[in-house]
Amino acid sequence: MGTSRTTSLTVDQIIEIYRTMSTIRAFEDRLHGLAKNLPGAVHLYSGQEAVAAGVCAALAPDDYLASTHRGHGHAIAKGCDVEAMMKELHGRSDGLCAGKGGSMHIADFDRGMLGANGLAGGGVPLACGAALTARQQGTGQVAVAFTGDGGANQGAVLESLVLARMLDLPVVFAVENNGYAQATPADRHFSGTDMAQRAAGFGIPGAVVDGYDVIAVHAATAEAVERARAGEGPTVLEFRAERFHGHMELWDDQSYRPSADPDRLRADSDPLLLLRSRIAEGTVPGPAAFELDRIDRDATALVEAAVAAAAEPLAVDLAGLLTDVYTR
Amino acid sequence: MRTITYQQAIGEALAQQMRFDRSVVLMGEDSTNAWGPTKGLHVEFPDRVLDMPITEAAFVGAAVGAAATGLRPVVDLLFVDFATVCFDQIANQAAKLRYMSGGKVSVPLVLRAMWGTGMRRGAQHSQALHPLFVHLPGIKVVAPSNAYDAKGLMAQALVDDDPVLFLEHKMLYFTPGPVPEEPYAIPFGSAKVVREGADCTVVAVGRMVSVALTAAERLAAEGVEVEVIDPRTLSPLDTSTIYASVEKTGHLVVVDEAHPRCSLATDIAAQVAQDRFAALRGPVRMVTGPHAPVPFSPELEDAFAPGPDQVVAAVLATSAARAAA
Repeated sequence: MGTSRTTSLTVDQIIEIYRTMSTIRAFEDRLHGLAKNLPGAVHLYSGQEAVAAGVCAALAPDDYLASTHRGHGHAIAKGCDVEAMMKELHGRSDGLCAGKGGSMHIADFDRGMLGANGLAGGGVPLACGAALTARQQGTGQVAVAFTGDGGANQGAVLESLVLARMLDLPVVFAVENNGYAQATPADRHFSGTDMAQRAAGFGIPGAVVDGYDVIAVHAATAEAVERARAGEGPTVLEFRAERFHGHMELWDDQSYRPSADPDRLRADSDPLLLLRSRIAEGTVPGPAAFELDRIDRDATALVEAAVAAAAEPLAVDLAGLLTDVYTR
Repeated sequence: MRTITYQQAIGEALAQQMRFDRSVVLMGEDSTNAWGPTKGLHVEFPDRVLDMPITEAAFVGAAVGAAATGLRPVVDLLFVDFATVCFDQIANQAAKLRYMSGGKVSVPLVLRAMWGTGMRRGAQHSQALHPLFVHLPGIKVVAPSNAYDAKGLMAQALVDDDPVLFLEHKMLYFTPGPVPEEPYAIPFGSAKVVREGADCTVVAVGRMVSVALTAAERLAAEGVEVEVIDPRTLSPLDTSTIYASVEKTGHLVVVDEAHPRCSLATDIAAQVAQDRFAALRGPVRMVTGPHAPVPFSPELEDAFAPGPDQVVAAVLATSAARAAA
């Protein structure tokens, strides 16, 4: 499994990566308490922050990303507005998607965020399409296709590996193995040993990467993105990082997990604490701990402001029911 | 005016728009070794006619993603029956991206597919699945019945900013008709009154338009004048042309080879019954395929698809109801 030893990332880049992780953590852990007051299902990303932050740090702003039903972290890392996201989760007309997408369908095409997706694996072909556009137009953009360990079994995902290889699309398949497909552990649903092994069967290079280690995530993604931009086609990366929370909020008591699991994860495998300790021991360049503390406070303040803004009274515009079905 | 086939008319619309718009790309299985409407296009547009592996879910989904990011993909699904293996990408992705994003993106995608009975291809290559797609908001459904409309509707599909399912009836491919050489587009949601008549409105789709016209000739010999309407686009549906005709004739027969339940025929019948009940002077009749898969045996397949006899009988039945009343 790929882990980091050294990095060429600068202090400023590390700061931005940490800020992304911290913002995702603040957003998601705040939602953990808020979810009971929100419409619909909320799937939290806490524990996997290093994947979204590390992947997106290796992308240019105009690169594309297709996400999963657990998409808040990807959206934040891709630069989506946190307040507009929070409003969207409340179903408000002034939300990022006018209240028509919600948590599982949050999208921002202006930032290359092609959308969270309610269908496991459903966004992977879309990313291939964005990569096809980039290839046809010669723009040099790449696309990242996120799916989970569960979604990796979808026919559409496996077909996408075939398509991407045959067309040499500039796409990176980012499989987040967070340990569970809903409540089924990966060792009971995932055939073969890992996605790198599967990728080899499709003629695509692949690697398994420690998904708690943002430096390793960034390094593996940067290499895959470089290959894609050079016209060398797709790469499959499996990032291993278990989620801290259940499959979704409200109805998941996580009784299917070993009892100590979430607590152990928080204590031993927190990607933010891991990065902090690397900085502290000097193996990764970074700012002083008090600066990281300030980033955490800023992230919390940003999320609290978003929650407050989303709580302001707003009459939902019912005309929205029938708009945006067709362009005309 | 020169005469070309339905198949050539579609190919001509594609070629003309591809010359004009570099964002149009063709994607499908066997695209560069093609028969049918796209034959030869890879020679003129080698970079924009792309062979796809047999991965419908992936390449239809890729077409959705490509459409959302700046291309205008035209996907050849071959048979509409194959849409079922990539239905997620059509129903959940293509048809909903615009709505779910609050209107921030459009998906200018054309899905071409052959449909219908008559070619002895059995139950998995002969279906009329348009009712499934008409049911879905966000996607448009087009089913031309002749070469002129095929060219004009394809031209419109290629500039339309929404996903379009373009249904090409396989038994019409070699039917010739007058088609102008210059480009022209037929707006969606515009039905055509194919034959005027005062006694009964017959709405017919695809190959059934010619069946309805044959029936109309026979009925004219008996003094019954049938008005035949070809909706041309099934979604959006031009109800005002249908309503105006029913107000004139007082009778409606809908002819479609799709199965009868939850279908285009029930949809049109119900809309007329709801919105123009006062104009009706007899019961609406539906002439459709049965609630059974399309059989292989030529005799059985011919019995599956509606023919002129059934249309004549339906028109006479609704007319008789008026006489009885």
